[in-house]
Amino acid sequence: MDSANWSDQPAVHYLAPAVTRSAKIVVAGAFGVGKTTFVGSVSEVTPLRMEEPITQASVGVDDLRGTPHKTTTTVAMDFGRIHLLDDRLVLYLFGTPGQTRFRPLWEGLTEGALGALVLADARDLEGSHEVLSLLEEQQTPYAVAINVFPDAPRYPLHEVRQALALDPDTPLAECDARDRRSCVYALITLIEHLTARHAPAPLVEPRP
Amino acid sequence: MTGPRHDPDMIRPYVRTGGQNRPSRDVRLETVLIAASGPTERLGPDARRVMRLFAGGRGGLAVADIAAALELPPSTVRILVSSLMDSGHLTSPAPVQEGRPGLDLLEEVLRGLRELV
Repeated sequence: MDSANWSDQPAVHYLAPAVTRSAKIVVAGAFGVGKTTFVGSVSEVTPLRMEEPITQASVGVDDLRGTPHKTTTTVAMDFGRIHLLDDRLVLYLFGTPGQTRFRPLWEGLTEGALGALVLADARDLEGSHEVLSLLEEQQTPYAVAINVFPDAPRYPLHEVRQALALDPDTPLAECDARDRRSCVYALITLIEHLTARHAPAPLVEPRP
Repeated sequence: MTGPRHDPDMIRPYVRTGGQNRPSRDVRLETVLIAASGPTERLGPDARRVMRLFAGGRGGLAVADIAAALELPPSTVRILVSSLMDSGHLTSPAPVQEGRPGLDLLEEVLRGLRELV
């Protein structure tokens, strides 16, 4: 985000009075994969930023005085939102860095989330494994969307699926994070998947 | 970044929140809040800043919106907001549902997204 956009007192955008429900989707992915671009394409407000300081004990360093070294990192999360259904519902999208070291942050983010859309770069599929592991560890359902960068090679999706080691029923789509329509379709793919997971299992319970 | 910034390390979150280190109720980043009532004189400085955002009845805000507007860590805002709900200063028109989101919410979001394209 351009620092010139920040003023002393940023304008506060209030929600519509008709809002009676809210929901959230996590837009996760490796660094530089286009999360904020995606959030900005869908959001009706310029993406806002939250900053959470995270204190961690340094790894692999023993302090001889017996007090572990602590380092504080500030993790920035950009988010956006959109009113749906005649303003009765507001959907929040949280762009979330996918590194394991931000694990403490993830609990608050994924708690109550509908699910996660993982953005991936076909040129760096390796970079997505960490975020996929985190989501699986937290049992957060997800779909994957390859952000089609103009200069990136296009690979057949079945090869991408294999490279990401995705389950057969995990949706895999392509999207252009700069294009609103394309982003909304990626979100629809995710929600359709989540809805299908809710479908009642066949009734095979034994009769009493 | 321009403008005054709070250094998050200058004041520990539990000081900002009056000694609490976790929210007293299930308040999430997307929890929508509106102003209820109650005198604000006895609130701490950060709680008063939160309430000032709601002065004048300009509308609701979610926890994340408050964190961005006040440049406070979201974990701190969750605690502040839960206390302000306990004291009756804030209320939510969209109460949190326990556990994973239900099918009805998913279907509403799906319907809303399909209306966009």
